[in-house]
Amino acid sequence: MGRLERIAAEQDRAAGRGLSRRGFLSAAAGSALLFGFAREANAAQLYPMGAPLPPTEFEPTIWCSVAPDGIVNVNIIRAEMGQHIGTALARIIADEMEADWDKVKITYVDTDPKWGLMVTGGSWSVWMTWDVFRQAGAAARTILVEEGARLLGSGVENCTARNGIVSDGKRSVSFGDIVAKAKPTRSFTPEQMKALPLKPASERRLIGKEVKALDIPSKTDGTAIYGIDAKIDGMVYGRPKMPPTRYGSKVISVDDSEAKKIRGYLRYVVLDDPSDTVPGWVVVLASSYPAAIRATDVLKVEWTPGKTAHVTEKDILDHGRQQIASHDGGTMVFDDHGVDEAFSHAHRVFEREYTCASVMHYQLEPTNAIAQLKDGIWEMHCGNQWQSLFLPVIAKSLGVPESKVKMMSYLLGGGFGRRLNGDYVVPAALASKAIGGKPVKLILTRSDDMMFDSIRSPSVQTVRVGLDEKNNIVGMQHHAAAGWPTQVMAAAFMQKGVDGKPYDQFAIAGADHWYSCGPVRVRALSNDLANDTFRPGWLRSVSSGWTPWAAEQFWDEIAHDLGKDPVDLRLSMLNGEGQDGRNRGEAPDSTGGALRQAAVLKRLAEKVDWGKPQPKDTGLGIATTFGQERGMPTWTAGAARVRVDRRTGVVTCEKIWLVLDAGTVVDPDGARAQTEGGALWGLSMALCEGSEIVDGVCKDRNLDTYTPLRIADVPEMDIEFVESTEKPMGLGEPGVTTIGAAIGNAIFNAVGIRLRHQPIRPADVLAALREKGSV
Amino acid sequence: MIKFKLNGRDVSLDVPEDTPLLWAIRDDLGLTGTKFGCGVGQCGACTVHVGGRATRSCITPVSSVEGAEVTTIEGLDPAGDHPLQEAWRDIQVPQCGYCQSGQIMQAASLLKDYPLPTDEEIDGVMGGSLCRCMTYIRIRKAIKQAAAAMQSKNSGETSNG
Repeated sequence: MGRLERIAAEQDRAAGRGLSRRGFLSAAAGSALLFGFAREANAAQLYPMGAPLPPTEFEPTIWCSVAPDGIVNVNIIRAEMGQHIGTALARIIADEMEADWDKVKITYVDTDPKWGLMVTGGSWSVWMTWDVFRQAGAAARTILVEEGARLLGSGVENCTARNGIVSDGKRSVSFGDIVAKAKPTRSFTPEQMKALPLKPASERRLIGKEVKALDIPSKTDGTAIYGIDAKIDGMVYGRPKMPPTRYGSKVISVDDSEAKKIRGYLRYVVLDDPSDTVPGWVVVLASSYPAAIRATDVLKVEWTPGKTAHVTEKDILDHGRQQIASHDGGTMVFDDHGVDEAFSHAHRVFEREYTCASVMHYQLEPTNAIAQLKDGIWEMHCGNQWQSLFLPVIAKSLGVPESKVKMMSYLLGGGFGRRLNGDYVVPAALASKAIGGKPVKLILTRSDDMMFDSIRSPSVQTVRVGLDEKNNIVGMQHHAAAGWPTQVMAAAFMQKGVDGKPYDQFAIAGADHWYSCGPVRVRALSNDLANDTFRPGWLRSVSSGWTPWAAEQFWDEIAHDLGKDPVDLRLSMLNGEGQDGRNRGEAPDSTGGALRQAAVLKRLAEKVDWGKPQPKDTGLGIATTFGQERGMPTWTAGAARVRVDRRTGVVTCEKIWLVLDAGTVVDPDGARAQTEGGALWGLSMALCEGSEIVDGVCKDRNLDTYTPLRIADVPEMDIEFVESTEKPMGLGEPGVTTIGAAIGNAIFNAVGIRLRHQPIRPADVLAALREKGSV
Repeated sequence: MIKFKLNGRDVSLDVPEDTPLLWAIRDDLGLTGTKFGCGVGQCGACTVHVGGRATRSCITPVSSVEGAEVTTIEGLDPAGDHPLQEAWRDIQVPQCGYCQSGQIMQAASLLKDYPLPTDEEIDGVMGGSLCRCMTYIRIRKAIKQAAAAMQSKNSGETSNG
């Protein structure tokens, strides 16, 4: 059972659904109950307000249906936020069922317990859906061939399906005609489902081939509907008035005398939130959104602030440093036998500390939701990445059972992890409740959105190795302290360390590396001051976006110290061994283990001509990771070439190279797009953007001070995927992971300074150059 | 009552004069292709054309477009087949897509001023349009492809006519 399957089962248990992951898989793959009967599709719709499908659809599993006109509809439970996930997943099912791609459409479904775990994050979607959708496709194909053969008066053994048509070599019948004319009755047990033959990789016709993404055309003509575009008759508009601290603020008084002068102002609502998601929030309601903005600006609210009203970024980092310095506390992710002896007997210990600043999502569509009570059901219209987690929170805030809440999915104007945290839905729900369930469309202005963004926590990391007299590495330790999003928002999903204690895998993943370097200790520490001050968030590539900032700079530092080549040092440790052979890898997810990581690094070194001298003040840096998480490795090697201006301290990234082995690449263009975007996020976080906590909240409130990468900053890029037929891993985030460290290493190689805080600002470069005496 | 032309049609609105054009278009006139991003004119998601010029609708009071021609992404081309839109689809530019209406409207304005833009001209004009998915590589490529398509169409028309 993989990590995700385990946590899904845990979540199902926690939700009292009694539906284990095994049960979900069986149901998903088509149990006898669901399988084999033509029945009315379950009000599937492209968007929540679309029309239901006609009643003549054939729905062989809950995942897809075939209409008499041959249209194949694929149900997508994942959020569409730019990864073209519907296209990638539909191709898996369409390929296996031999559908005509031109007749495939996708439907983003609303929340129904039958879908099981609804989460879109961690680059998991393809990896989680791969087996389920191939089985569902095989089931559909089997039935269509069977029924097609019957209609043709031919034997099943003589018939094949291809491109939406069943043929016996002489005559043929389309999938649509089969559905129109035949009455499929066959059903399968779960065991039979599992035994259905799947096509070999050589027979794939859509997977791995270039196909246009289904969600793109509507994104070029203004017709795509995002959460913020949803509309319900009679709705009023809301904007929250943010309290001074994320937690613990209490409303003392509200004065709306000025707000009343705003045309369109209706009233304010002091939220009463039993789920404690939005303590101290006040929502202003108005007949238009501009009126809500203005009225909120002039509404006077007095609060007693929470205890974190004066916390700063430095306080949080210093607290993390203290946690790391103490040997108690935290959770051991790795704690190999002999690690303490290795360090106590070491001839020398080499240690470095690395830090990363707070990073904001700045997803371009500010968070928003419409809530209303309709026919006894609380409807939440919004884009969201983790419906299964937040539907219960919304129910709790409203004081109703979960069965009375439904979330309708829309396109997301950017996710990047922000909408895994559904906190923004709660104030819409509570404001609607305050006015008797009438529809409320609540939108956060950019400033509101950023003030309480669920940021990537600032982090402190200490990495050390022990060396013997001959400078052999005899042991390694990596300690990381940061806010823990999973602890704060989804504690049931936390993993257990080797010491049995829970930890947030998304605040340490990336440190649990595949290098063989003697006994290893990896310790994850929850920065409670961070957790108390803001709501730590999952942000694109989560900890794998910042643990390599430390680890992959560290290996360069130690290589330079020992007079070794950084690529050679890494390759010598990526040997597929490790304590108890853990770096060998395990089928199907990490078949080949560390040797595949070594392979992408070798290929990258060839591509960049590693070792070739660079022009003055120009440097090439490399880094390598296993993508998102150890259990789902996307083997990644990245390089950056930078030029450093010694006069201004400006670092220009001229080119990025990436080599990735993600197993089978289902959607090559989508994979490339995700990797391009991911790498540029990595670059943006390394050089362009970063915030800080001031007085308990995020300092930056808009683009005047928060400065993500723009078009002029984009370097040349060279991205290569290793050809593979192994199980597909994720690609939404691995592109991010190597870039920061590659840039840090490149700067060192260019001008000899080592910068251990991210983002790297020109002032930091100048200060380091001055210190080195080489301005 | 404020009157202007929206995508070639006369419209009139009874809203406060300082209502941002963005919200008038989205909520009062029902065209949601124009997006709210930053609200301070720095992300470009709300870009429309006023009198043919790229304009940030989130910081433009509706009263200031009295009598003007306003074009949104929905009106850029009646069939949605402006060369930029075709190039955007061909090169598969959009990821989340939220900024892309604004990117396309800004790019349409760019190509009026610079029919065959250089990289520097693209950087200069498109630098105000943020894409958080970072589709910039493809935006640049699509602008160049559309520019080339428009150029060859124009020269074809000239030589034929």
